[in-house]
Amino acid sequence: MSAAGGAAEPASRHPTGAARTDTPLSGFPQAGAPRFESIDGVRRGLAGVSYLADEGIAGAVYLADRLAKPVLVEGPAGTGKTELAKSVARLTGSRLIRLQCYEGLDESKALYEWNYKKQLLRIQAGSGSEWQALEEDIFSEEFLLARPLLDAIRAPDPVVLLIDEVDRVELETEALLLEILSEYQVSIPELGTVRATQIPLVFLTSNNTRELSEALKRRCLYLHIDYPQLERERAIVETRVPGISASLADQVARIVRSLRTLDLKKHPSVSETLDWARTLVLLGVESVDAEQARDTLHILLKYRSDIERAAKELAGVDPAG
Amino acid sequence: MLDLLTGFVAELRAAGIPVSLTEHLDAAEALRHVPLEDREGLKYALGASLVKSSTHWKAYETAFEIYFSVRGPGYSIEGEEPEGDGNGSDTERPPEPAAGSGTGTGRGRGGGGAEGMSAEELADLLYKALAGANGAMMAAVARQAVARYAGMEPGRPVGGTYYLYRTLRNLDLDTLLERLVEEARHRAAPAGEPDPPGDAGVAPGAAVGLTPLEERLLRDELRARIDQLREEIEHEIRRRLVEDRGSEALAKSLRKPLPEDVDVMHATRDELVALRKALQPLSRKLAVRLARKRRHGRKGALDFRSTVRHSLSTGGVPLDPKFRYPRPAKPEIVVIADISGSVASFARFTLHLVHAISSQFSKVRSFVFIDGIDEVTRFFEHADDPVDAVHRINTEADVVWVDGHSDYGHAFSVFWERWGEEITPRTSVLLLGDARNNYHASQAWVVKELRDRARHVYWLNPEPRAYWDSGDSIVGEYAVHCDEVIECRTLRQLEQFVGELA
Repeated sequence: MSAAGGAAEPASRHPTGAARTDTPLSGFPQAGAPRFESIDGVRRGLAGVSYLADEGIAGAVYLADRLAKPVLVEGPAGTGKTELAKSVARLTGSRLIRLQCYEGLDESKALYEWNYKKQLLRIQAGSGSEWQALEEDIFSEEFLLARPLLDAIRAPDPVVLLIDEVDRVELETEALLLEILSEYQVSIPELGTVRATQIPLVFLTSNNTRELSEALKRRCLYLHIDYPQLERERAIVETRVPGISASLADQVARIVRSLRTLDLKKHPSVSETLDWARTLVLLGVESVDAEQARDTLHILLKYRSDIERAAKELAGVDPAG
Repeated sequence: MLDLLTGFVAELRAAGIPVSLTEHLDAAEALRHVPLEDREGLKYALGASLVKSSTHWKAYETAFEIYFSVRGPGYSIEGEEPEGDGNGSDTERPPEPAAGSGTGTGRGRGGGGAEGMSAEELADLLYKALAGANGAMMAAVARQAVARYAGMEPGRPVGGTYYLYRTLRNLDLDTLLERLVEEARHRAAPAGEPDPPGDAGVAPGAAVGLTPLEERLLRDELRARIDQLREEIEHEIRRRLVEDRGSEALAKSLRKPLPEDVDVMHATRDELVALRKALQPLSRKLAVRLARKRRHGRKGALDFRSTVRHSLSTGGVPLDPKFRYPRPAKPEIVVIADISGSVASFARFTLHLVHAISSQFSKVRSFVFIDGIDEVTRFFEHADDPVDAVHRINTEADVVWVDGHSDYGHAFSVFWERWGEEITPRTSVLLLGDARNNYHASQAWVVKELRDRARHVYWLNPEPRAYWDSGDSIVGEYAVHCDEVIECRTLRQLEQFVGELA
């Protein structure tokens, strides 16, 4: 590849990108008007709503918008997966529709349900009428209870759909997400197909307690959010904890990084770091010493054996030294 | 560009990352939206559409670096001869401004010549780069160091690990780390006056005398920087290798198996560490999956009472029938593992995995042997963490009888004598080992007895099937009495087997 030629190509393509979408490369629905200008624009925008994204996060969000594909966000608990969806909703001024997944979630809780009770009432009330008419009547929109997924599809206003902890549903239940994720439509046998009026931005989060199916992964962009680097974590602490001094934020981030290098059952997450920083600010601590750190470790770590081990390490029994 | 992408995807597939056609198309589509100059952006954009598992990210990154290595006009290496004796034309001392990793300018790099800088100067520069956490400077040092120490010869079909090793040995980073810590200690101890935070990048707390906590933080900080340097060096070596031999050839020699596909018996130390890390989430996932399978396995008979109770909300119309859930019996497991040197790590992984999901079995008992045999169930009972227990097995289990060379025959017969009674028709027996018996008697009758008494007897052999029954391996003699002998060389195979067992 010649680098010069390669570099020139997107420049000529880029401005006409929107016009060209009528010749899609793949058979997927095309995005509407792009929400974001550039990867950097996403990052700046997210920073504006106090979410500090790194290159990977911003890139995935940008692509999700451009390719009209859902994003599957994986990573350890408490690294801001759910927060990302919320922040994007805030940034784009969209409504956030959230579907919390759990074991046993089914169609009637995720997609839609017929309002049986109302249908029964209708049948009883109109016992004299023609059955044909009655049947058409009770399977009309009036008797349909829209659940989050259908809601997101039918919404006339821009929405962000968050499907939270998708790894909690059974493998079979995943299948009911597939149609909506790839085609942005829902088929209801009695009513027909409901197509999206606008393409929602979709985020799926997973804590990785099980492998998701290939079919689901294939339909999504993949984003792994790991614990942040030192600089980013420090910046997060500074934006999210009001009234923290720069030096304390720095110290907090450093201690947390040290803890993450230890062999613990559960490493401190970003949200726990923030809780800890808030506590320190409330206690009026200016600079953390080993003792204070030890006394407040239970905010960062949730297992007794972890706390003991960390306390020992922080007190200076350095295995390498 | 699309050709390059196709080659790249082919390489990913060769490295074991499953990339479907749809994903390939997505990546092509993504290329239209991401400016190519933004290399980092490109990396993440392609990654988001091609790589769907975090364990594959490392392999992806390596491949990306090779296929999309920086070859812009500003970065052409042609001017610089591979022999490495730099023309020294621009030995201008870094730091160069804004030389972000990857997109950096070509300036200053030309000093790659051996005469460009003396060893002392280089060491000095390295010291400054580490103390100052100056990214650009670090990159420059990495380039200098590679040019000076790696001694790269064009055309040699190596993967670069050797060059990395050579460079690192010459830089002697450990001593440097100690020196930096030592210095910080000195600076803190006598003066006691607060350094302005951020000065020299050293932890701000280091000013007020180094408490153990501060020293620890400082050490971690420095270690992180050294890791960064190591990465820079690795990049540099790779970049040069690509120049020398082209992407495809290099990708081939750099290709490494994914953690779950590493052959446990022949894993290097680093790979073992990676395996251990991979095992933790693996066992957790397996446990979750099995628990779910048990709960949702199949529906039992109609639960009439519950159905009627639930029909009240629909006016007595039983819309939603309820079923009883059967509770299938959980199997008992007895693991008998050879922990002699050759198969030790395999045995450890298996014990770890089996105990991590012990809630899925009604009882788990583990025995380990070399030529003597000992029960180790007790180590797992009170340990929160299987890792601790496995460690105790290594140090405390009494497994040597005569000389510490594997003797399957003796171990089995002792097992039969002491614990044979406790095998019941509900027990599944797992035998682990390569059956390299050092030409002792096989005592295969024990396995036969076990087979008669237990529900199943499985043999897991970590050796490739082709090596079975060669040399002193007598797995064939035992195999005739087992339900099945399974070749089990990687974590993936192991997980699959244990999953089916429960």
